[in-house]
Amino acid sequence: MAGGQGGNTVTGFLDRLGHWAVAAIAEFGFAATLVGESAFWLVMGRRRRQPVRLAPVVAQAMEIGIGALPIVTVLSGTIGIMLAIQGVYSLKLFGAESRVTLGVAMSTVREFAPLITGILVAGRSGSALAARLGTMRINQEIDALTVMGVSPVRFLVVPALVAMMVMLPCLTLWADLVGLFAAGLYIAPELGSTLGAYADEVISLIQMNDMLHGLAKSAIFSVLITVVGVVNGASVTGGAEGVGRMTTRSVVHAISAIVITDMIFVFMVTR
Amino acid sequence: MRRSPPSATHSVEVLNLNTHYGDRRILHDVSLEVRKGEIMVIMGGSGSGKTTLLNHLLGLLTPSSGTVRVLGHDLARLSPMERQLLRTRTGVAFQSGALFSSMTIGDNIALPLREHTELDPTTIGIMTRLKLEVVSLAGFEDLKPAELSGGMIKRAALARAIVMDPELLFCDEPSAGLDPVVASSIDDLILRLRDAMGMSIVVVTHDLESTFKIADRICVLDKGKVLALDTVEAIRASRDSRIQNLLNRRTEDAEPDPDAYLRRLLGDTSSPPDESRRP
Repeated sequence: MAGGQGGNTVTGFLDRLGHWAVAAIAEFGFAATLVGESAFWLVMGRRRRQPVRLAPVVAQAMEIGIGALPIVTVLSGTIGIMLAIQGVYSLKLFGAESRVTLGVAMSTVREFAPLITGILVAGRSGSALAARLGTMRINQEIDALTVMGVSPVRFLVVPALVAMMVMLPCLTLWADLVGLFAAGLYIAPELGSTLGAYADEVISLIQMNDMLHGLAKSAIFSVLITVVGVVNGASVTGGAEGVGRMTTRSVVHAISAIVITDMIFVFMVTR
Repeated sequence: MRRSPPSATHSVEVLNLNTHYGDRRILHDVSLEVRKGEIMVIMGGSGSGKTTLLNHLLGLLTPSSGTVRVLGHDLARLSPMERQLLRTRTGVAFQSGALFSSMTIGDNIALPLREHTELDPTTIGIMTRLKLEVVSLAGFEDLKPAELSGGMIKRAALARAIVMDPELLFCDEPSAGLDPVVASSIDDLILRLRDAMGMSIVVVTHDLESTFKIADRICVLDKGKVLALDTVEAIRASRDSRIQNLLNRRTEDAEPDPDAYLRRLLGDTSSPPDESRRP
């Protein structure tokens, strides 16, 4: 009896592992299909008499971009000051605090601005997207669109994707500016120089390559956030509780995907 | 009618439809046809497979085997473009209404026109208000769905379903969850739509009273099989005990197999579940 149960536990575990693996692969497939289908509607929508309209894209861009401006401003400013404090402290250990501007400028533009903006937007808009689509799904609104002959991908996903792809790099650029400015507020008096001299130094240090590095990452993050939000929202089952579960899942998955992709991107590009 | 293949005399034809949910068979060899201009009521208790059948008619599910033809087109053989065109010729009113909660009632009803026609906003506004008049919801176009009562939501969903003047209309439980007076007004509305616009209408319901009021023919589903498909009079006169049970609201016969009942009570899941068991 005990042996039989042990066997059951092992097969049960293998069974669950198999189901989990199949579900994970299916989810990746769904995500890839979604990106492909979105590109299709963007290019071919007009010929299929289902053009992607500008109004919902603008509405989404306002919601995703302008709505996130205050929190992005506050957090990127805070991060800038924090980086400056840590930079001055650690460089002081070997008397190199005059080089702090280089470290702060590079790490803000290449890493912190895109990362913090991505995480904020994932928590703010990725979750909203998942919750909206999930509610629409359990309310049969997605089915209603389908039977009307309106592609849900074209009508719901593409506007969010386009708005996200435009607004996330813009927000990242804004976070660059705010973060560097806030860091300067601490660094300039600390080094006994002026804000103007700090700005000149930053401009001479940062190259186009560094800016593009950060902005390219934010463009990738925008696709990740949208796709993860849509995949989770579209997979909602089980009523209001299901919407809550998938919304949480979408935030966790989106942030994990952002951090891991960031690492892979940096590894590939800087080596 | 316009754009229909001339030979088609049936709005919907279902032939030997079989469908499974996992390993469980939901529909067994379902065949039925809906004639042009008739109201066909698909009736059955909970778990009889009527919602599944409707989802197949709408092309939301793919059958395991069998054919579904809507307005003369085999759903399985349509290209995406043809499917989209076909869907502009049919209307669907979902059980919960499925109105877009972020849009006003007016925008909800205007959506198919905005997406599928090149009409100017004034014309779309007039057509939207016209359909709102038909369902007696004039003046409510600026409200959100959350501000409407259950009966008003069902009527707004009907207005959205008919805004493109479809040849074929599907209604899922149009009177479920409504008080008898409102339910009866929805039945009248469905009859008016058929008489005034010549639509073929497929209604899925478990409501006996409204079935007998509106149906031209009734399809009785039970445990995934078509029990009977006939006119109202013939169904009423049927001697089949299961139909009589359904019509007289009698519960099913007692458990015929005491052993199976005992096994279920003991939680013994090793034997395959009884196929006739209700979900």
